[in-house]
Amino acid sequence: MTQPASPARPVTEKSPPADEPQSPWRSLAARVDVRTLSLLGVLAVLVVIGGVTEPDAFLDTDNLQLVLTQASVIGVVTVGMTFVIISGGIDLSVGAIVALASVWATTVATQEYGFAGILFTAVAVGLGCGLVNGLLIAYGRMVPFIATLAMLASGRGLALEITDGKTQMVTVDSVLKLGERDSYVLGIPPLVLVFAAVTVIGWLLLNRTTFGRRSVAVGGNAEAARLAGIDVRRQRLYLYLLSGLCCGIAAFLLIVLAGSGQNTNGNLYELDAIAAAIIGGTLLSGGRGTITGSVLGVLIFITIQNIFALNNLETAVQQIAKGAIIVAAVLVQRRTATT
Amino acid sequence: MPDFASRRGLLFGAAAVSAGAVLTGCTSNESKDDDSSSDKNQAVADDKPGKEVTIGFAGPQADHGWLNAINDNAKSRAKKYKDVTLEATEGSNDTAAQIGQVETLINKKVDVLVILPADGKALTQVGLKAMKAGIPVVNLDRIFASAQAYRCWIGGDNYGMGLNAGHYIGEKLKGKKNAKVVELAGLDNLELTKQRTKGFDDALKNYSNIEKVARQAAEFTVESGQSKMSQLLQAQKNFDALWNHDDDQGVGALRAIKQAGRDDFLMVGGAGALSAFQEIKQDRGVLKATVLYPPTMAASAIDLARALGQGKGVSGMAEFEIPASLTLYSAVVDKDNVDQYMSTGFK
Repeated sequence: MTQPASPARPVTEKSPPADEPQSPWRSLAARVDVRTLSLLGVLAVLVVIGGVTEPDAFLDTDNLQLVLTQASVIGVVTVGMTFVIISGGIDLSVGAIVALASVWATTVATQEYGFAGILFTAVAVGLGCGLVNGLLIAYGRMVPFIATLAMLASGRGLALEITDGKTQMVTVDSVLKLGERDSYVLGIPPLVLVFAAVTVIGWLLLNRTTFGRRSVAVGGNAEAARLAGIDVRRQRLYLYLLSGLCCGIAAFLLIVLAGSGQNTNGNLYELDAIAAAIIGGTLLSGGRGTITGSVLGVLIFITIQNIFALNNLETAVQQIAKGAIIVAAVLVQRRTATT
Repeated sequence: MPDFASRRGLLFGAAAVSAGAVLTGCTSNESKDDDSSSDKNQAVADDKPGKEVTIGFAGPQADHGWLNAINDNAKSRAKKYKDVTLEATEGSNDTAAQIGQVETLINKKVDVLVILPADGKALTQVGLKAMKAGIPVVNLDRIFASAQAYRCWIGGDNYGMGLNAGHYIGEKLKGKKNAKVVELAGLDNLELTKQRTKGFDDALKNYSNIEKVARQAAEFTVESGQSKMSQLLQAQKNFDALWNHDDDQGVGALRAIKQAGRDDFLMVGGAGALSAFQEIKQDRGVLKATVLYPPTMAASAIDLARALGQGKGVSGMAEFEIPASLTLYSAVVDKDNVDQYMSTGFK
């Protein structure tokens, strides 16, 4: 999905004619585009830097588990965000939704319903917020930036109202256990499995379904999409619902990880998710983007943080270096992928 | 850090109930005879009802446990006195909003103001304004930029917190060769974090066998505590002690320690959250002590404001008036004295 839908050509509901692959290898090579390769290159460079500076701490299974676990929460959020940005929108409320869902799901009343209660509440709150965003944007004709900014403010406010600023400890053992070593499946933390599943489903949804094609079409040229018979409004509603759902899932993962709910959860997720998607090659103006790229973007971010922490860099240096690396990553991409 | 401006009531309309429990002035059967202060002894504030005082209280938005405890301490202390009426504002992290709230209290002509500014420097002007209007200000914790903006400052000792944490760890690791210490700091763009770290480092200088091998900064949140601590544990495969600046982020740090299955070091916390006290009392994990940043300072600020309003000094001191500045002590709480402090723990 790297061809920007050109405004000149009306988008049809039919899938574009695929090049007939002559062999499985050829088709694979055609599918892995230059952008993804350049991102993998950036990640490889980071791995080399990490391996050289901190060989003992960086290159071991524990650290791989750690990096993937840390990437899970923001990773799931980024998958939802990628869909929204591809469709030409933006969701600034993701961090607030994660906060609200995580505190709502960890209140004493909710925890009485155990594992299922916490999971259900987190997902339901995420969907609820996504629904509000979607209705405001699709049917209330509000600009996504403003609608989701309003959700950010009110979501954080409501999260504070619920918690009264207090940290809500999780008392349900089965939830806590899920974030601990005993529940690793073949060495893979459950959180990472969820992240992987969301990534795969997201990829299939974008590349193998009408929903995915419609999302790209709406972002490429909404008017052309409408003329081609796509219900643009309903599509937008679904997209913000999807983002909300991802935030709900992420909130549950965060509850498992942190063993608590706090109204400060999900701080600045919106910026991290947008940045990861952009680094991954998603156009902020919509119409183009890949799930693979976004997930690689997240992994690059988390790996950077990991290398910084392992090398015990000072906070100020970390912040400056992070900014520089973002710029470098985007420049590398531009260079290698001149379309 | 984003400044989520005042959001309360956005969903419910702006009908947020003012938290100020306006106490009905209790009529104490005071004798009306105005005892002229011709007596030789200085008058000190005590629990007996005296002149009625209206205290205006303005703090930041209580978005975490410690600030909540500040509000609770102020309110419950004011309730204790029959002669005190507390006018508490809603609280805001927005400088402009907080200035407005303090100005409202000035216009109400309260007798004394207790102000915990969201940002000390930014609220200096309104402190000056109050003082010029003849309303004495008790500046709580975050200090104004000018000493003319307050009559009395009372607050915590960030440097002392680090100092006491360092000395506690130093004593515990006495006799251990090449001991390694790790620090999990709070939000690094705050001056108070720098002060805490400086105190900690200065204390550790007294112990030649100890080396601080790593320092990473979290953001006072559970999530950041979990994240940074798990990285620290990965980076440092063995160390002997950890100081974590803040018990709130400590919840996340303890979670990371449990997830990594580590128990080969001692941990000291900071601030004095109830969850930390309980952990220390149980004595089953790595957390052995915490250094206080006591929210009871808000109760003391009410005491001082009352004494100020009644023109009295502080009981137990020879002065005729309250001090100009009071820096509180950062006591170390471990399992030996934790019961005594349990009631001050905040959630």
